Parts: sequence; C-alpha cells; structure tokens
Amino acid sequence: MGIRRRSGGFVLSVNPILCDGFGHCAELAPDLVHLDEWGYPIITTIPVPLSNLAALESARYAVRGCPRQALRIDRISDPS
Amino acid sequence: MIAPNSLPRVLHEASGRPLSLAQHEEAFASAPRSGSLFEHLEASGLTGRGGAAFPTARKAKLIREQRSHNKFMVVNAMEGEPSSHKDRTLLSANPHLVLDGAEFLASVIGAKNIAVCVSRDNPAAVNHLKRAIHERERRSLRGPKLELHTPPWRYVAGEESALVHWLDDNESLPQYRPLRPHILRIGHGPVLVDNAETCAHVGLIGRFGSDWFRSVGTSANPGSTLVSVSGAVERPTVLEVALGTPLRSILEAAGADTTPQAVLLGGYGGTWFDGSRIDVPYASDTLQPLGATTGAGIIVVLPRNGCGIVETQRIAKWMANESARQCGPCAFGLPAIAEDLVHLTTNSRDAQAAYQRLVERCGVIEGRGACRHPDGVVRLVRTALDVFATDIESHLRGDHCAGSRSGQYFASVPSIEREEELVWE
Ligand SMILES: Cc1cc2nc3c(=O)[nH]c(=O)nc-3n(C[C@H](O)[C@H](O)[C@H](O)COP(=O)(O)O)c2cc1C
Ligand code: SF4
Ligand code: SF4
Repeated sequence: MGIRRRSGGFVLSVNPILCDGFGHCAELAPDLVHLDEWGYPIITTIPVPLSNLAALESARYAVRGCPRQALRIDRISDPS
Repeated sequence: MIAPNSLPRVLHEASGRPLSLAQHEEAFASAPRSGSLFEHLEASGLTGRGGAAFPTARKAKLIREQRSHNKFMVVNAMEGEPSSHKDRTLLSANPHLVLDGAEFLASVIGAKNIAVCVSRDNPAAVNHLKRAIHERERRSLRGPKLELHTPPWRYVAGEESALVHWLDDNESLPQYRPLRPHILRIGHGPVLVDNAETCAHVGLIGRFGSDWFRSVGTSANPGSTLVSVSGAVERPTVLEVALGTPLRSILEAAGADTTPQAVLLGGYGGTWFDGSRIDVPYASDTLQPLGATTGAGIIVVLPRNGCGIVETQRIAKWMANESARQCGPCAFGLPAIAEDLVHLTTNSRDAQAAYQRLVERCGVIEGRGACRHPDGVVRLVRTALDVFATDIESHLRGDHCAGSRSGQYFASVPSIEREEELVWE
C-alpha cells in the first residue's frame, strides 16, 4: 500500500522498412536484440517487465541511438 | 430470386459475357428483406475471400465506427496469385454484382467514394469494369462515386496496405503497421478493403438476406465460395462450391486427378496438403486443424508423377523475386530459402546442411516483414517439408524421385523478371 509499483511490461519493436541493418541496436541493447545472418535485428516479442529497469534503459538507448529512427517501445498493460 | 439451396450464386447466369446493367437487374431481382443491411451482414457469417478469411462484418464495423467524411471503400480485384482466376471469371460474368456489393458496403461504413482496383495487366477485366461503371454513371443514380484504378500487376500489389499506398501515393509497396487492428487511410480517410468476390457475396446478402446466404455451406462456414483448380486437371477451372463440400468432390467436378500426391491449398503463400486426406470438407474450420487453409480458393493438384519439392522450389524462387525488397528479412531471407531448396532438389553434397538451414531460416524470417508476404513463403516451405517428408529423405540420400527428373511442372509460375524491370508505380 502506498508504494506505486511499476506493473506491466514493454516490447521493443522495429519498423523493418526503415531499418538499414547496420546493427547499432544490438550493441546498445544486447540483451534484447540479436542480429540475423544478414545483420537485421531479431527482437524478442515477449513483453519485458517494466520493473527490469536495466532492460528498459538499454531499450531507450537503442531507440535514441538508431540512426533510422526505426525502433519504438510499446507499453503492454498487465493482463491481471 | 435465386432458389435458397441452389448453386451457382455469384456466378449465376455466367455465360462468358458480362451481364449488362439491365440484364443484371433482371437476373438478380430483389426480394424484400427486413432488418438493416449491417444486421444481415453480421448474421450471414460471411468471411473475406481474399485470403485471410476474416469476418467481413467485423472489418466493416471498425471503419463504420470511425468519424470521418472522407471514408473509402476499396474493391480488391488485383488477383495477384498466378494460379487464381476467380476474380477475373467473376468480373467477366457479373461485374455489377461486385459493384452492388461495394455500394452496399460503402453505405454500411458511410463512404462517399469507391475505388475499384484491378491490375492494368488484365485488360479484359479492366474493360468489363469500365463498361459497367459507365453504365451506372449514365443512370446518374445518386450514391457513392465509383472510380476505376489500375495499378501494375505484382504479387504484393494486392496486399491491402500496398493497394492503399498505391491509391494514396502511386506506389504499390506495403506499409508498416505496428499496432493491429490498424486502420489504413487515403489522405485522412479511413479505408475498408474487400476482395471482389467478397463484395459479390455482399451484393447477394443485401438482396436476399442472411438466411438465404446461410442456406448453403456449413453453420461454422456458411455460404459458397469460388475455387480455382489447376495443375493436374484437363484445363484450369473456376467453380463455385458450397463451403464444406468434400475436397474430393471439388476435384471430381473440376475434372482433376482424384488420386493426387498432394494439393496446394490457398495460394503460393498457402499450404501443401496430403493427397490421402482429400475427403476433408473444404472449409476453414475443418482444414485449419489439419494445418491447411482455404486462402484465396486456390487448389493446385500435384499428381503422383510430380515432385513437391521441385514445385515448392519453383514457387519460392518466384515469390522471393516478388518481394518488395523493403525489409531485410524478406529481401535477403526469401532468396536464401529459395537457394536452400535448390540444394535440396539438385544432387548437391550440401543437401543435408541445406535442409538444416532451411528449417532454421524459416523460424528466423517468420513475422519479421512489414507485410505477410514472407510468412506465406515460410508456410509454403514448412508444409512442403512436412507433406513431402519421405521424398525429402530420399533426396537427402541422393535418390531423386522420378518426378524431379521428369522436368514436368504443375504449378504455373510466371517467368522471373529482372529486378530492374519490376514496376512498382
Ligand atoms: C502478399 C499478399 C498479397 C495479397 N494479394 C491479394 C490480392 O491480389 N487480392 C486480394 O483480394 N487480396 C490479396 N491479399 C489479401 C489482402 O491483403 C486483404 O486481406 C484482402 O483484400 C481483404 O479482403 P477480404 O477481407 O474480402 O478477403 C494479399 C495479401 C498478402 C499478404
Ligand atoms: S539501429 Fe536501427 S537501423 Fe540499425 S539495425 Fe537497429 S533498428 Fe535497424
Ligand atoms: S515483407 Fe517483403 S513484401 Fe512485405 S513489405 Fe517487406 S519487403 Fe515488401
């Protein structure tokens, strides 16, 4: 009671039309992004809890660092 | 009125020449119905005939609830699938029925404009539609404005976001839609896209009502549908069948091989289906549990002397070339998959490794394009690996089946155009 807990999660996703495949995002958010054999990002589609601050931070780095502005973060509300 | 349980419906009075507006009105004389058009559409249970089989009323409702004065109704008669002939057959018989349905849907969503889209590489259909629209204009009936649009023919040009992109900005390239359901727009106006056959069914539901519509088909999948049967048939045929008709009866009626090795269902982004299972009722709710789809009503019959892996390789190669090359996983992934299939079909020492790569790459590519084009190819390849599993084993041993050596092909695949010759605008 009284403490606001961060509930829900977030998903990082890429607009594949904008993405150029140079892979900066994989360096900025290595836990969330890995690259396929052609250098394009594969991002987990399973929501990451918002309480995982380190992951959220790195996702934000990736969004800011993407030269094509191809990344976005969507909040997913808690199903419960 | 067409008798409730009789077929054909959307191909009623089809003679190879399109009905004029006067003939059309005589052939499809209206019956009085009670209740609103939207209620009938909902009660009919009609699902889209363009591939995704989504409930037509649900799509219409989403656009109906939007507040805008600039809504559009788009009729998708692009028919990008090389082995589909149903939309052009429909337009060469009852173009006015398609336009009636489009007008009904426009009134349901509150659209003042209807864009009818047909590929410019299909001059016969363009002419039928031109004449039909002209006939309606001469009547100067009040109602939404009808306009014909003729994008270039490409496989993905018929994908709804590509089609709307073309209408908005003259480019047949799919759009990225992060959130679903996503509302496509022309300018600021929300757009409803429906396949031409779907519109024709709506044209009938608007006249005869939902009970009439449901008097054919099954309760889960009501109504009739057009199928394009090709491959091991005397000649490629378009038939109108009740949903739930055994696949075997459809093959018989089309004059096709009724002891096939396999059939390709849905389209070139569809599913291979084992020939021993053709007693299944042809409908989504019976095919889906078996991993198959009705898709756009395409049925390509592969006889026992054909090779499913070679057919899949030919189709995948063509589909790879049809990628709009906007997204990395599609632009690079599909050619890679097509190449792996070549290794499987030729006497390659690399075959075993190619098989492993193929399975992995399918998993990597799936769901990562802006549109579902790559997912279709993945589905085609995965079902091929499943249905033709024993053939693949012998291919891997270096034992190539007679079919793969015969050089006889059954799926019609257009010749591959060079990348620089592909037209997108
Ligand atoms: C790659 C691709 C190509 C498509 N081509 C066509 C087409 O040529 N004609 C068509 O009606 N639908 C096509 N579709 C499906 C449309 O995107 C859309 O779902 C359909 O027009 C909606 O109409 P319906 O609800 O009446 O089926 C295609 C889909 C994809 C992913
Ligand atoms: S940083 Fe942006 S453009 Fe570069 S690979 Fe990642 S998403 Fe694509
Ligand atoms: S997935 Fe392929 S066909 Fe679809 S938009 Fe991307 S590149 Fe084009």
